[in-house]
Amino acid sequence: MTKDSSEYLIERYNNVYEVVIGLEVHAQVTSNSKLFSSSSTTFGAEPNTQVSLVDAAFPGMLPVINEYCVKQAIKTGIGLKAQINKRSVFDRKNYFYADLPQGYQISQFKFPIVGEGTVILDMENGPKEVGIERLHLEQDAGKSIHDMDPQNTLVDLNRSGVALMEIVSKPDMRTPDEVSAYVKKLRSIMRYLGTCDGNMQEGSLRADVNISVRIKGSDVLGTRCEIKNVNSIKFMQMAIDYEANRQVDLIEEGKTIDQETRLFDTKKNETRSMRSKEDAHDYRYFPDPDLLPLEVTDEFIEKLKLDIPELPDEKKKRFIDKFKVSPYEATILVSDIDTAKYFEEVVAKMGKNLDIKLAVNWITGELFAVLNNKNLEISQSPISAKNLAKLINLIKNGTISGKIAKTIFELMMDGDKDPQIIVEEKGLKQESDPKALEALIDKIINDNREKAIEYKQGKEKLFGFFVGQAMKASSGKANPQLINEILKKKL
Amino acid sequence: MSDITSLTLTDLVKNIKDKKISSEETTKAFINRGEKSRDLNAYITEDFTNALEKAKIFDQKPNFDLKLPGVPMAVKDLFCTNGVKTTAGSKILNNFIPPYESTVTQNIWNEGAILLGKLNCDEFAMGSSNETSFFGNVQSPIDKDLVPGGSSGGSASALAANLTPITIGTDTGGSIRQPASFTGTVGLKPTYGSCSRYGIVAFASSLDQAGPMSKNVKDCALLQEIISTYDEKDSTSIDFKRNAYSKELTNNIKGKKIGIPKEYTVDGMPKEIEDLWTKGIEYAKDCGAEIVEISLPHTNYALPAYYIVAPAEASSNLARYDGVKYGFRSKGENLIDMYEKTRSEGFGEEVQRRIMIGTYVLSSGYYDAYYIKAQKVRKLIKNDFDEAYKKVDAILTPSTPSAAFKIGEKTNDPVSMYLNDIFTVPVNLAGLPAISIPAGVDAKGYPLGLQIIGKAFDEQNILNIAYAMEEKIEFKNKITDWWIK
Repeated sequence: MTKDSSEYLIERYNNVYEVVIGLEVHAQVTSNSKLFSSSSTTFGAEPNTQVSLVDAAFPGMLPVINEYCVKQAIKTGIGLKAQINKRSVFDRKNYFYADLPQGYQISQFKFPIVGEGTVILDMENGPKEVGIERLHLEQDAGKSIHDMDPQNTLVDLNRSGVALMEIVSKPDMRTPDEVSAYVKKLRSIMRYLGTCDGNMQEGSLRADVNISVRIKGSDVLGTRCEIKNVNSIKFMQMAIDYEANRQVDLIEEGKTIDQETRLFDTKKNETRSMRSKEDAHDYRYFPDPDLLPLEVTDEFIEKLKLDIPELPDEKKKRFIDKFKVSPYEATILVSDIDTAKYFEEVVAKMGKNLDIKLAVNWITGELFAVLNNKNLEISQSPISAKNLAKLINLIKNGTISGKIAKTIFELMMDGDKDPQIIVEEKGLKQESDPKALEALIDKIINDNREKAIEYKQGKEKLFGFFVGQAMKASSGKANPQLINEILKKKL
Repeated sequence: MSDITSLTLTDLVKNIKDKKISSEETTKAFINRGEKSRDLNAYITEDFTNALEKAKIFDQKPNFDLKLPGVPMAVKDLFCTNGVKTTAGSKILNNFIPPYESTVTQNIWNEGAILLGKLNCDEFAMGSSNETSFFGNVQSPIDKDLVPGGSSGGSASALAANLTPITIGTDTGGSIRQPASFTGTVGLKPTYGSCSRYGIVAFASSLDQAGPMSKNVKDCALLQEIISTYDEKDSTSIDFKRNAYSKELTNNIKGKKIGIPKEYTVDGMPKEIEDLWTKGIEYAKDCGAEIVEISLPHTNYALPAYYIVAPAEASSNLARYDGVKYGFRSKGENLIDMYEKTRSEGFGEEVQRRIMIGTYVLSSGYYDAYYIKAQKVRKLIKNDFDEAYKKVDAILTPSTPSAAFKIGEKTNDPVSMYLNDIFTVPVNLAGLPAISIPAGVDAKGYPLGLQIIGKAFDEQNILNIAYAMEEKIEFKNKITDWWIK
């Protein structure tokens, strides 16, 4: 169905549809304590051990805003190049559920802390801008566990009251790839800022996906469906693909699309209706009378701006300008803050011998392959940036060949070993003494007289044979460039 | 010395400090009277054994530097007390023992006072006669089968009947001032933000305030000085300079301008209330105050606005009582069924009525017409007071449109019950301080109160005016101990 990699269109008979996607991302604020209480937020603690009287909604308990979470939200807003609202209001979103102890969630409805902003996606065919509608702060609910007890639902309130940022995009995305790029970029920005760890497995980042379809070229939005709580990029893409086709089929059959909330079943790879618009909760939002409107000053915001590190877009630009890497390479290097940090450390440690091309190749080639294989983050890399820099320098100054370097790289993984030490211990230093190499080559030519004659008679392929023999005889340590030169001369 | 239990707080403290009486003697006297007065039904939970134990400990090593040295007192059962059952007058919290203490009560214990027990109140403070309590009606010591007012009815009854030398209540729409008025006692509703709401079972968060109830103005000033503290645990607590109210108390109110709002003359108001008000004006003049006629034009809209805002907040505040975490739980087929049974069995009729009103006014499609409109009215009412305070220092009104009524008289007519709060409610909507002092009696000899409303944070001024007028009025409560056999 897809026309080319940048377009995602659905064709039926004479109609071509495009898909309109907007995302509501729930990002857990990186903070040691909760949004309105001092309870810890550590992931994976014993159930109900990180619950204060406020989190469990005991009578007479009152919320007190955690200033750190406010700062984190504002920093995120700055990172999204968004309007920071100096006055925002916390509202109560009222509904009953066993894991919602207060009977309401404290959220921001009418007056969010952050307004409109933008995120730039680095797509293959160029940058694409996605608008941010708003960002607001809210409490997370607890967790209902339905499968631990045959009779009862168990409730864990550790997560109850943890601060979330809900980041609402404009319906600016058109393809599953853009959605993937958007989530990755958002995650990247927040990780640069240190405002959300972006860990999707632990639920620190999850999204509600809003989808509608329309005839390509139309500027009217179709009826949308919201797919709740999708917690991986892959599932988001699968859900979009299923849901978009479902909606197109309905239209083609002359049916209407109901505005509803749907769930994505990851096992069956399909979306299912959860509740229709008519069944939608009436949340009875109203300003929380336990909290005053949140007011921040210009100075407060300006001070936070000083704390904002170089973000991926700026870093990318600098890498291209300063290191002359390609935009493609730059995108890869800045996509995750830890990769960028690693790269910059390698560059710093290489010092005078700096060879950017070599550094980029080793990081995005050998190192990424190893991390991929072992399923590790770059922050968990078995080889430190310092030692990788040393290894690259050894190649650069001719101590070892690129081939030997790969062997050493393997050995370095055992406890982040210093490549210099490996070279010395294993005697892997490259043989670059022309006299020694000449002797070695003389011997090889002598031992293979017939082949040497054949070569001279025009069988040029045999040159490789001699190179191989020389490398073999030197246990791979011979400087390949010198071998070539000497062989050409001698043969 | 007269009976210990009939002493004012100030005299009691003096006697204890002068070592004329011990904390144990005092505590025993109040326990004794409490045990003889169970027919009043003022207590929900007696904590007498512990109280006596604490009094003995106090006497072993008395600290007379404290403001309430070894003074026993009972408090409204809306304040969470660490280790002592706290019910808010509701079945739904009948088994609830908080593992924490409200800031207001903690402030009191920090000054050496000892908890006697928890006093009856309307369920979740929703009522004006103490008839909505799950734990039954409270009798007024004034007369048999007379309501003590509400919602701090148990507090007012216990205080007037000398079961406690002083007490605290909470006031969302008049719940301190109206029962004080009905029982011939003094009750202060402080400025919103003066006393911490931390640990007080919430009714309507933007209106709720704790405050002292006492036998005279001086006692009231002393307790206010103790309970009013800035508290970081309550985001609506206000950090302002608090006076040493009892030390700074003066009866010199010469030249103070006191406003008389013409809108507080309501249709059908009994003549005795009008007479009381007129008398009050004369007293104020006698004290050297200047009387100024003022207008609070939006007064008429206060009661309807209140009965939108308060239930709206209550409907949300009471959502936490769902049977899941603590309190009463009814068995259900599933979660929804459990919720429905728990809440229809656990809450009384008046609470359910207000939850439904509150849910309705917040519903989509009605929110703007009711809640937003009510908030606008609230602003207008506040503006009325702001305007008035450009001309006057305080405002004098009756506390209630009538004297106390009989138990059962208004239970089937909620609107007539709500009308009881007509003079007190605007004060809560505007977040102002106001005090009710006893000023006379009706034809049956039932007490009637006058209300003095102040500027925000100006508790000292209304305490002074009340103190000066109290001297002139010389009100004496007639309690016959009719309930003691």
